[in-house]
Amino acid sequence: MASVELKSVSKSYGGNPVIRGVDLAIRDGEFIVFVGPSGCGKSTLLRLIAGLVPVTDGEISIGGEPVTDVPASKRGIAFVFQSYALYPHMTVARNIGFALETLGLGRDAVRNKVAEVAKLLKVDHLLARRPRELSGGQRQRVAIGRALVRKPEVFLFDEPLSNLDSDLRMEMRIEIARLHDDIGTTMIYVTHDQAEAMTLADRIVVLNHGVIEQVGSPQELYHTPKSRFVAGFVGSPRMNFSTVAATGIGADWLLSGPGGLRLESHVTGNRSTPATVGVRPEALSIVAPGSGRLDGVLERIEDLGHEHFAYVRLDADNSWVVRLPARPREDRDTKVGLSFRDEDLFLFDESGARLDHAASHERSAAALAQTSGGGIAA
Amino acid sequence: MSVKLARADRRAAWMFMAPMLVAMLVVAVWPLARTFYFSFTDAYLDDPTNYSLIGFENYLEVIGDRTWWIAVRNTLLFTVVSVAIETVLGLGIALLINQAIPGRGLVRAAILVPWAIPVVVATKMWEWMLNDQFGVLNQVLISMGLIDHGIAWTANGSLIMGVVIFIDVWMTTPFMVLLILAGLQMIPGEIMEAAEVDGIPAWKRFWSIVLPLLKPAIGVAVLFRVLDALRMFDLAYVLAASSEQVMTASIYARNRLISFQELGIGSAASTWVFLLVAFVAILIIGVLRLDRAAGEAP
Ligand SMILES: Nc1ncnc2c1ncn2[C@@H]1O[C@H](COP(=O)(O)OP(=O)(O)OP(=O)(O)O)[C@@H](O)[C@H]1O
Ligand SMILES: [Mg+2]
Repeated sequence: MASVELKSVSKSYGGNPVIRGVDLAIRDGEFIVFVGPSGCGKSTLLRLIAGLVPVTDGEISIGGEPVTDVPASKRGIAFVFQSYALYPHMTVARNIGFALETLGLGRDAVRNKVAEVAKLLKVDHLLARRPRELSGGQRQRVAIGRALVRKPEVFLFDEPLSNLDSDLRMEMRIEIARLHDDIGTTMIYVTHDQAEAMTLADRIVVLNHGVIEQVGSPQELYHTPKSRFVAGFVGSPRMNFSTVAATGIGADWLLSGPGGLRLESHVTGNRSTPATVGVRPEALSIVAPGSGRLDGVLERIEDLGHEHFAYVRLDADNSWVVRLPARPREDRDTKVGLSFRDEDLFLFDESGARLDHAASHERSAAALAQTSGGGIAA
Repeated sequence: MSVKLARADRRAAWMFMAPMLVAMLVVAVWPLARTFYFSFTDAYLDDPTNYSLIGFENYLEVIGDRTWWIAVRNTLLFTVVSVAIETVLGLGIALLINQAIPGRGLVRAAILVPWAIPVVVATKMWEWMLNDQFGVLNQVLISMGLIDHGIAWTANGSLIMGVVIFIDVWMTTPFMVLLILAGLQMIPGEIMEAAEVDGIPAWKRFWSIVLPLLKPAIGVAVLFRVLDALRMFDLAYVLAASSEQVMTASIYARNRLISFQELGIGSAASTWVFLLVAFVAILIIGVLRLDRAAGEAP
């Protein structure tokens, strides 16, 4: 087990910066999840930590030891690849035990360790098979077993579940969470999946163009995102945004936007001008036209059984999603109103930074209560 | 699939195959059949219409000839040594230029040059470079003080086989490199990275991962080269047509056929060469299980 520390780590490929000055301190035993849009540098950052690619600049230490110039094989880490990267010509048993062969352990010792890990991951009945004779989920278990058997200081996962179907993904997600509870090893995990990020992470790292946008617990990111980018990235379906015109003096603003939106708000702290409003789909409800805060036309309803997504068009450029527990009574192509509570409103300035406003403190307070009450390390 | 569809498919397949089959019949099967037929006759090349069937006499004549066995020994020696050297060298060079070194593209192109030169040209070129009086190699060795007078590389009986093997290695190693490089590039990078992270030492990564995964590629390359080497004719013939030291089985057959005008015996010798090649091919395919390995690629 070990902590991991990155100090202004940068990586360029042929003069093209991919990771730009990343600072990150990961505590011993923490479960960290990297999220961000495709191409933002998640895999690259993971490979830098693994030592599979050298840093262009900056320092990395693992367990307090500087490892910037230490080769991957000596960093005491294990890497689980999206493609599993099993050795195709070896049996499952040899795949898992291969790394132990060079450690000078006896043949029996290796076999016992392999059997132990295989049992833990429920692949003990597959030991004699080759990777190509396994299903995707079984391959993934073998890949995790291969990482586990070496008792690494740090586990690195690069989208390990993205090739699995949704049922299997959920099952493996729970098993990975259990594994982390059992062995308590530091884990760094890259994913595109909201549910994986929210459920597995102690802290989520949101990356954008090779820069860390925000680091925080899933609840912090959800309730108090630092920027429009993070607000849009955490949560599914993503937050609804609309640009607004702001008129006002000092910190009191009158905001007007599409769908007849008119809001008065008192910005606290940062004094810049609000440019965008955001409301999460789950904070919206459908009301009679004219009685909510916005009006629009109900364009489309998606029925997922346990939840419904209603698409409401405010004007030519703006369509908002509403997440509802039951099918709305209103018909398609009818006019509807949308309402939300003050504390569910997010304001962002021109640069995308989130602005605190009078009502948003209530939300933050509620979020913090939930965070500490939920027993999640902050 | 319905029976009707299957039949339509089969008919289409035959139609696509037909031109190929006709071409094969004309250029391969017909000459082969003629050769096979003449091997059972006492025909001479000056008048091939006048002959009688004599059964297996020609075949016995060939295997009773001491020179034939010298030719077979030369052929096998040449094949084993040259293919072995080419394989090891080819593997080494392929591993080297598979690394991300600067100018890799240029190296890859340059390495193909020897292979692109016609055999006769390459052989003549080397013959000149190895010439005992004017050859550049002797000049270099003399100026370095290693020898005091030129070595007759291509005249000396014990050296000439070495020279033939050397020229063949020079010419065909690029082919090996290319095939093995293609095999190397089929190995997913993440597998090698996984091994690296797992702390597997470099020699073991090579021995236990790269080599097994390369086996099909190396097997095919070796098969091609062995079949080629067993039929080898041009290089040895251009370099030393009359030398018994490098007479291959193909040169033996050619001598009986052309020099001695013995159409029957020459055909029998050719058939023996064919059988030798076929036997070795089956052996290699069986030993390396190439047919199965092909389906096993990662
Ligand atoms: N070996 C490389 N050479 C050049 N550019 C590279 C290399 N590897 C990655 N990049 C570039 O670095 C950027 C980040 O790539 P990276 O693979 O880290 O993205 P990612 O966040 O993992 O994306 P995804 O979610 O699609 O996996 C991309 O723009 C990519 O083109
Ligand atoms: Mg990636």
